[in-house]
Amino acid sequence: MTVQIKVEDKLYQNRYRVDEGRPHIAIKDAAKCQSCTDKACTTACPAACYAAEDGGVTATFDGCLECGTCRVICQENSNIDWFYPRGGYGILYKFG
Amino acid sequence: MTEKFDAIVVGAGPSGNAAAYTMAKAGLKVLQIERGEYPGSKNVQGAILYADALEKIIPDFREDAPLERHIIEQRLWMLDDQSYMGTHYRSDKFNEERPNRYTIIRAQIDKWFSKKVKEAGALVICETTVTDLLKDAAGKVIGVRTDRENGDIFADVVVLCDGVNSLLAQRAGFRAELKPEHVALAVKEMHFLPRDVIDERFNVKGEEGVVIEIAGTVTSGMVGTAFIYTNGESLAVGIGCLVSDFKKTGETPYALLERFKNHPSIAPLLKGSEVKEYAAHLIPEGGYKAIPKVYGDGWMICGDAGQFVNALHREGSNMAMTTGRLAAETVMALKEAGKPMTDANLAAYRRSLEESFVIKDLKKYKDLPEFLHKNTQFFSDYPNLLSKAAETWFRVDGIDKKTKEGQMVRGFVKARGWRGLLGDAVKLARAWR
Ligand SMILES: Cc1cc2nc3c(=O)[nH]c(=O)nc-3n(C[C@H](O)[C@H](O)[C@H](O)COP(=O)(O)OP(=O)(O)OC[C@H]3O[C@@H](n4cnc5c(N)ncnc54)[C@H](O)[C@@H]3O)c2cc1C
Ligand code: SF4
Ligand code: SF4
Repeated sequence: MTVQIKVEDKLYQNRYRVDEGRPHIAIKDAAKCQSCTDKACTTACPAACYAAEDGGVTATFDGCLECGTCRVICQENSNIDWFYPRGGYGILYKFG
Repeated sequence: MTEKFDAIVVGAGPSGNAAAYTMAKAGLKVLQIERGEYPGSKNVQGAILYADALEKIIPDFREDAPLERHIIEQRLWMLDDQSYMGTHYRSDKFNEERPNRYTIIRAQIDKWFSKKVKEAGALVICETTVTDLLKDAAGKVIGVRTDRENGDIFADVVVLCDGVNSLLAQRAGFRAELKPEHVALAVKEMHFLPRDVIDERFNVKGEEGVVIEIAGTVTSGMVGTAFIYTNGESLAVGIGCLVSDFKKTGETPYALLERFKNHPSIAPLLKGSEVKEYAAHLIPEGGYKAIPKVYGDGWMICGDAGQFVNALHREGSNMAMTTGRLAAETVMALKEAGKPMTDANLAAYRRSLEESFVIKDLKKYKDLPEFLHKNTQFFSDYPNLLSKAAETWFRVDGIDKKTKEGQMVRGFVKARGWRGLLGDAVKLARAWR
């Protein structure tokens, strides 16, 4: 069975306080992504922040759930600079 | 801020709240720092609250804590693509005066606990991220740096309760980066339904609740489990698998969750619900062998940051609260004796952990994480085999029972071989011991 799902619809239910212009995650070296074979960040990120594009990867972190998966999964390449957003910014769970 | 605290607690989850509350209650000067807008705004849990751990900290918590339902029935389900097979345990004995397990909504319980921490006398600062630990020339931790202006604050001891990622412990070199096979990524949704609909669907009344823990082909062969917990007017629905398996399979967590929700045995339970939140969080599942050193000169580690989770029994918050409390009691005893917060003195924390259920339980299952990581047949072959066997057994179709028994046994032998079956049984028993 294949199920069509849009992650955006899921993220839309959440509340965020986005720190405009100050993303808390960054890809260190775009060239490394070009040669990364599985590009696991693009599939494992629960908020689909990473997208495979032109053999590399583009990323926007507005929907980030701050789980840490991308940092852990990219360990061999260690290509993700990951820290928490500034205090008070980012995901705001009402229920958790 | 130039004033100095007896202790700084980083994080306001269950471990941080337990530590801050216990020390403040004893009269220590405590500062607690949380990066979220309010305690709980960053946190995700199923969530089952185990009363015992909280009772040891706040004995009368039932009077005003935001509890959803007490659990009277536990269901364990094994799913293949079309079926489920399960065991249920339900007892009216769980309808006791002081119930043992409750469902809770994590953001609400964290807020409640934090209020208690403030009432106990701790200074709680939210919307502030600790960016580094401050050390003196000898390497002793003497305080924290925050993302606020003039954000350096000093204390005799810093208690790290900053959760599974614990970047602070990593940056300070107290702990290595998490291994993909030692953490599970869980995604979860909150499904709202009227109270009476939940009561009817789950066969409960009043404050009674049900938890369903699920394994099987819903995780697509990955090591993981799914769950449905009944809150008062919502269902918590989630699924989680090892990060290493997500890497291996290329599965996406949201597709996994969606497939789970659409399973023919699950969909009717969720029908008509309104989803109000989608959350994701890591769970430390490396067990005993993944626990780092949890104390040193001027610092201690509690809760998820120290990998204190019993994945098999889905116990995390109780271990967090217990480790937070034991860390606090260690600090209190040293203060009382007028002793400094040195590595040698804080070793008493680890000793008290050894004597508690925390280390005893994690030690018991020390081989299980590696075992499951290496034996994924328990998440793929076995659910299918068991389901097939049950279907063969229950279908009345003119085939005699002896032939049916033969078919069932051959199914298992064909998939795993006699050696495989025997080996699996022995290995499982060993990992369990
Ligand atoms: C889907 C899911 C289901 C679960 N179900 C259960 C269950 O049913 N029962 C159970 O007992 N356990 C369960 N757990 C496990 C449980 O949630 C954790 O074990 C528990 O939350 C750990 O508590 P903690 O205080 O150590 O960490 P956390 O709860 O993660 O708290 C850490 C806190 O520190 C803050 N923080 C982090 N870094 C910084 C920083 N640098 N500066 C300032 N603040 C910081 C965070 O914002 C957060 O508030 C579940 C976990 C998940 C993900
Ligand atoms: S896993 Fe790391 S190296 Fe590979 S594509 Fe993603 S960010 Fe780039
Ligand atoms: S932290 Fe989690 S949600 Fe955020 S980008 Fe990384 S994987 Fe995605």
